[in-house]
Amino acid sequence: MADPSIGLWTVPLAVFGGAIRVSTPFLFVSLGECITERSGRINLGLEGTLVMGAMSAYGISYLSGSPWLGVLAAGITGALFGALHAGICSLPRVNDIAVGIALMLLGTGLAFFLGKPLIEPTAPRLPAIDFGWWSDVPQVRAALRINVLFLIGVAIAPLLYWAFRTTRWGLLIRTAGESSDAARAMGHSVLLIRLRATMVGGFLAGIGGSFLSLFYPGSWNEGLSSGQGITAVALVIFARWDPMLCLWASLAFGGAAALGPALQSVGVTSGYHLFNAAPYILTLAIMIITCSPKRTLTGAPAELSITR
Amino acid sequence: MDFGSISRRHLLQGSAALALGGTLGVRGAAAAETTVGFIYVGSRDDYGYNQAHAQGAAAVKKLPGVKVVEEEKVPETDAVEKTVESMVNLDGATLLFPTSFGYYNPHVVKMANKFPKLHFEHCGGLWADKDPKNAGSYFGYIDEAQYISGIVAGYTSKSGKLGFVAAKPIPQVLRNINAFTLGARLANPKATTQVIFTGDWSMPVKEAEATNSLIDQGIDVLTCHVDGPKTMVENAARRGAFICGYHVNQSPLAPKAYLTGAEWNWEALYPKFVKMIMSGESIPNFYRGGLKEGLVKVSPYGEAVSAEARKHADEVKAKFMADGYTIFKGPIVDNKGKTVIAGGTDRGQKDAELEKMDYLVEGVIGATA
Repeated sequence: MADPSIGLWTVPLAVFGGAIRVSTPFLFVSLGECITERSGRINLGLEGTLVMGAMSAYGISYLSGSPWLGVLAAGITGALFGALHAGICSLPRVNDIAVGIALMLLGTGLAFFLGKPLIEPTAPRLPAIDFGWWSDVPQVRAALRINVLFLIGVAIAPLLYWAFRTTRWGLLIRTAGESSDAARAMGHSVLLIRLRATMVGGFLAGIGGSFLSLFYPGSWNEGLSSGQGITAVALVIFARWDPMLCLWASLAFGGAAALGPALQSVGVTSGYHLFNAAPYILTLAIMIITCSPKRTLTGAPAELSITR
Repeated sequence: MDFGSISRRHLLQGSAALALGGTLGVRGAAAAETTVGFIYVGSRDDYGYNQAHAQGAAAVKKLPGVKVVEEEKVPETDAVEKTVESMVNLDGATLLFPTSFGYYNPHVVKMANKFPKLHFEHCGGLWADKDPKNAGSYFGYIDEAQYISGIVAGYTSKSGKLGFVAAKPIPQVLRNINAFTLGARLANPKATTQVIFTGDWSMPVKEAEATNSLIDQGIDVLTCHVDGPKTMVENAARRGAFICGYHVNQSPLAPKAYLTGAEWNWEALYPKFVKMIMSGESIPNFYRGGLKEGLVKVSPYGEAVSAEARKHADEVKAKFMADGYTIFKGPIVDNKGKTVIAGGTDRGQKDAELEKMDYLVEGVIGATA
């Protein structure tokens, strides 16, 4: 009799599958935050945006029957939250970190409040594309059922990398982030650039939320994000504000999150709390290895309130 | 005045009362009613633990002359004391159901001492003789229903490999895992249960990952003990595995894949308690029961359950109902080979040793630490 299990191969496969499944929200939030921070502002509120996006996507998908409409709604909600953040921050003497924390609490609170009637119903989910058709192993096929949002996220990363370097818009965002005086001297409104950058960042974070509620884990509940938004914001710092590094870092986080359950499933049962903490240990380790008291972070936009 | 001690609920109700006071007169108009307060630790429509209690509260609402007040997402801290105070002082509640395990000590005990004329019925706690007489703890032996689920799972699984997504290795959870496994081995002596602990009561991404990892191992029937089983149920059904539910009936989420499940039956118990209080009877301070007492129940079998499985499960259920069945009957060996219940020892449901369980029986793959 053929053994349907694949034994120890589960672990690398789960880490690989997890990298694809779990990483998407990290990817969208970190790319969004990357744009915002490159323009010289930190939006810590993306955790709230993510949860709000997840809730509105689920709600709209349930009410309209179209998950793609849900994704759009999540993006718009995110952009509105971004606009709110940017709007408040454009007032004089407002600290963007404090506003971010306030918006994080507002976003999660509002999502829990509005999402109350959505916990029970089941909304239509986003479809997956089957990339595992070539394999006979059901586990591989399952791991390769990939959502199109993940592919979009993967495509956005090099696009952003390119845009930051070679397009006019990329240059403007970087100028606003490196020296607002220079941008102003060139005749551009720094506030307007930052408003747009924060709105785009919020839009992407909202879409990241829609992935959580509409694809994986695939339903709305209040523990859905459990800090993924804030982790993704931290991820931008250790990805050194580089969209391509954001992509790799998100994949590493997704894989690390799958490690704990996968090891338990093959019988490595001791220290599962430690393996569950793997993503956070990874963050700390990278932070410690790369930090230096002698210089500021390489690649950090000069206008950012944490580096200024 | 100490403003720190005013809860949000208090404040809102206070301001509402101020606003309405002029025209309507402040509260107390409906004094003839008995007011019952329910306090939940999470969201009351979580398809899980809290929803089960909320269904019980909904059954109480239907009783004549009873008013129900509810508050959800009350953490297991001082917050529950504030909720109790506001339910008592503002809503006039005389019977309270704080439904989460961590409320009991010290919060419920403290409140019961403060309001000696009111009744506190706590779910899951261990009431002891030193505790106030107006407090009580009740709980259901849901492992009996898990045992039935295990039998059904054992017959249904083709690989003989079952999966269990669990939150934390505490006695109640271990007891469910063990009962499920013992039931499954009744049907298939070679059956194993692979357990994954996620580390907390509500971790949707971890639960989904655990479900996928278990199925990758060739596991084809899954159950769980987390606050909201929805994530596990939906993800397992998508991968084509069968499911035994927990807390409430999750069959609407996966009608084809749902075999059966272990459910609370609070909608039977709560109205009974309320009627007892209203007629002046006293509820035993330490109240426990299983299938026979109607504190727990088994979900109706799904279409995938074979006739053989139904027959065996129904036989065992009938024995539980007749009070002639012990799950934890020696000799029982744990999964490290140590004898945990000696041959000839029957640990009946009321045995306090079972509430201290710290082992996984033979057939469970996993560890408690």
